[in-house]
Amino acid sequence: MLSRFFLRFASLVTLIALSVCIYAFTTVANDNVLTLQSTTSTENSGLLRFILSKFSKKTGITVRVVAVGTGQALKNARNGDGDVLLVHAKAAEEKFVKDGWGVERFDVMYNDFIIVGPEEDPAGLATAKSVDEALKRISEKKVPFLSRGDDSGTHKAERRLWTAAGIDPTPASGTWYREAGSGMGATINTAIGMRAYLLTDRATWISYQNKTQHKVLFEGNPQLFNQYGIIQVNPAHHPRVNAKAAAQLINWILSKDGQEAIAAFKVHGHQLFYPNAKVQETVN
Amino acid sequence: MNDGQSTFLDAFRLLASGNSELWNIVLLSLQVTGGAVLIATLIGLPLGAILAFKRFRGRNAILILLSALMGLPPVVVGLLVYLALSNVGPLGVLGLLYTPSAMVIAQTILVLPIIAALSRQVVEDYAAEYHEQLAIMGLSTWASIRTLIFEARHSLLVVLLAGFGRAIAEVGAVMIVGGNIAHLTRTMTTAIALETSRGNLALALGLGVVLITLSVIINAVLMAVRRSETRLSYI
Repeated sequence: MLSRFFLRFASLVTLIALSVCIYAFTTVANDNVLTLQSTTSTENSGLLRFILSKFSKKTGITVRVVAVGTGQALKNARNGDGDVLLVHAKAAEEKFVKDGWGVERFDVMYNDFIIVGPEEDPAGLATAKSVDEALKRISEKKVPFLSRGDDSGTHKAERRLWTAAGIDPTPASGTWYREAGSGMGATINTAIGMRAYLLTDRATWISYQNKTQHKVLFEGNPQLFNQYGIIQVNPAHHPRVNAKAAAQLINWILSKDGQEAIAAFKVHGHQLFYPNAKVQETVN
Repeated sequence: MNDGQSTFLDAFRLLASGNSELWNIVLLSLQVTGGAVLIATLIGLPLGAILAFKRFRGRNAILILLSALMGLPPVVVGLLVYLALSNVGPLGVLGLLYTPSAMVIAQTILVLPIIAALSRQVVEDYAAEYHEQLAIMGLSTWASIRTLIFEARHSLLVVLLAGFGRAIAEVGAVMIVGGNIAHLTRTMTTAIALETSRGNLALALGLGVVLITLSVIINAVLMAVRRSETRLSYI
């Protein structure tokens, strides 16, 4: 009796599992759909929505954007869970390609990092002459500094700046040096709450709505340059990636049209990203 | 969702103006959670009923496990489902990652233990009460279970609502397996997380109030159905 019941039960479960699969097969597996693994700065600022709608209109390809930190985007792409990567950590990107996970890396655009902090500027960053000096003042005054702490592109850049300044903030972790372990926006929220300094990309800061008493205290230094690159996930490793559409997207972004679209994107009248690909005149 | 400074009421204004993006987000939340609760009920309810009715070796261990799994952290479930559905995972061929189906799977796993464990308790209480009648009628196990589920349907409705509440409110699992992709896998909770990270705190809060309002409406409707049915049964 009971075994007959279990039989029915098992067949019901199988039926459900099958229908879920069929439903999935009918909704995905589409040549005109592309998954882009990208970062929160490009997605949250609205850039991707702005430029990708132009790309979709031209090619009929829908681009699905997964916005995570650069570190996680690289890992997801390594797993084949994306067709194209648009991230900002040049060294990690080049390693990704060198290890065979990506086809080739191209420069796309840049903006810059800024150091943001409480208006009264307890560490006196506004008068610092260099990034080294700015970071030194923070560490000497032991004023709170909030790090992303999530292996993102911005986090990697921040670690590089500390190393360049000859300061190791790690022993101070939990005291004045605090690691948030979250995305850019969430980290800004937290930093404002604890009146801490932080390094952020300019795009996220300009489009961020709840700045309260925080403002830009250090900017405009060549060390704060922030380069974005685009990489096609290698179909040799992951045969299921949509290589054709991926190549189309990359060609378009590097083309005159794509580069002009990036330059045309503005928030509150500010241009957030500056195209710097080696422009290819005619593609497709 | 919009670029200007937002206010708390913006979420409601968007809803009222028939903003298709927000309505689609609301709809997707309901579809995903509704689908998950449906599947979890189809599996969890019979499972709970069997556990209530049958005595066998290892039953206690299963009961303990089920109650413990009621506290599954959504982010862990999200991670497990991500690993299974990833292109390098065992189910990668299905191409389910970053689709609503993936979100349904993750939420089903979250809700299943709640529905199974709570319906086990409900049906067991009814079984104790109806034990003699069932024995006199000489019903088979399956028929007894069906009778008990039918008799307990009003209490079981609350079990489904508990499962629904858990799924509609969670953000950790759907964020990982859905990817919070605009127009595809963005739900109410991931949209709230997104607007919070953009500093649109007022709009985020507004969306939160919309979500809570939805939950209140759904609960009210189901309770009303239940009450009208109870009233009818006295006529």
